[in-house]
Amino acid sequence: MAHDHSHDHDEGSALSDTALRVRALESLLVEKGYVEPEALDALIDIYEHKVGPRNGAAVVAKAWSDPDYYARLMDDATAAIAELDFTGRQGEHMVVVENTPDTHNMVVCTLCSCYPWPVLGLPPVWYKSPPYRSRAVSDPRGVLADFGVSLPDGTAVRVWDSTAEVRYLVLPMRPDGTEGWSEEDLAALVTRDAMIGTGLSLTPDQAAAAAAE
Amino acid sequence: MPNDTSDQLGRQIASLPRDEDGPVFREPWEAQAFAMTVKLHERGLFTWNEWAETLGAEIAAAGPDDTAENYYLRWLAALETLVAAKGTLAAAEIAERKDAWDRAARATPHGEPIELGRELRADALKQDQPHG
Repeated sequence: MAHDHSHDHDEGSALSDTALRVRALESLLVEKGYVEPEALDALIDIYEHKVGPRNGAAVVAKAWSDPDYYARLMDDATAAIAELDFTGRQGEHMVVVENTPDTHNMVVCTLCSCYPWPVLGLPPVWYKSPPYRSRAVSDPRGVLADFGVSLPDGTAVRVWDSTAEVRYLVLPMRPDGTEGWSEEDLAALVTRDAMIGTGLSLTPDQAAAAAAE
Repeated sequence: MPNDTSDQLGRQIASLPRDEDGPVFREPWEAQAFAMTVKLHERGLFTWNEWAETLGAEIAAAGPDDTAENYYLRWLAALETLVAAKGTLAAAEIAERKDAWDRAARATPHGEPIELGRELRADALKQDQPHG
């Protein structure tokens, strides 16, 4: 389950009352054969994009278009994202990490699945999976290859481990050939995976091909 | 088919927070509660009318000042109520399991997944230790 335990205790973890109730129900229903965890995950997978990678895409597109906003975002992402009314309920601190030709950033939560819900919505199933959580750290280039991403040899990969208190959002590189584009058009190039760092922004050609499908 | 069920759900419960294409969730537990409900309905444990009535009663009991943010809290309460009413899970059983998860979480060091059974191992360790 996603980030529902706090990391700020020295001993043990604590789950919220709501999280405990949900876990109690789910574990009993699974044990008694009423639901299958895979089926729950599959259903959630259908909806996960509904909360909203679009919020994050709007943040990225604005940062690409507006140098002042970009500066505020890099300086204090929590406040800059709140400007667009995308605020979390738990007061988590947002940090934006910027991709450059030299550095590619990738986000993971090795502990559970801490994730910037207000900007990216529900985490995808793979983000919560133990293989991603461990391999993102031990073999980030291998994970990127699994996602079909190959980076130039000269590009370093930096992995950021989220916590309940700090959530990271990757600011992908703006694709070439998008000079003068509106924020709305730019946002359409920003995929969820690009903002987790397991993907890149779409090129204009890729976006056109995706739209034509 | 999940899509059929969710469409049906969207039509029958007009107040479900949703965008143009389907329901949305604010937090993962909401999705878990949502998904469990959909799956239990698919198994025929209750009808959507029964679900809507139960959820409606929870929302009504919360009063007119309740916020949309609390929607899935009501949803979760309705799910607990309905599985108890249907005899699927006893209320006492749920309470006992919730307590077990609480103790398991507290017995789980950081960096490790919270799993049931940890609370039992922690209890055993405590008993092994001499009293000061």
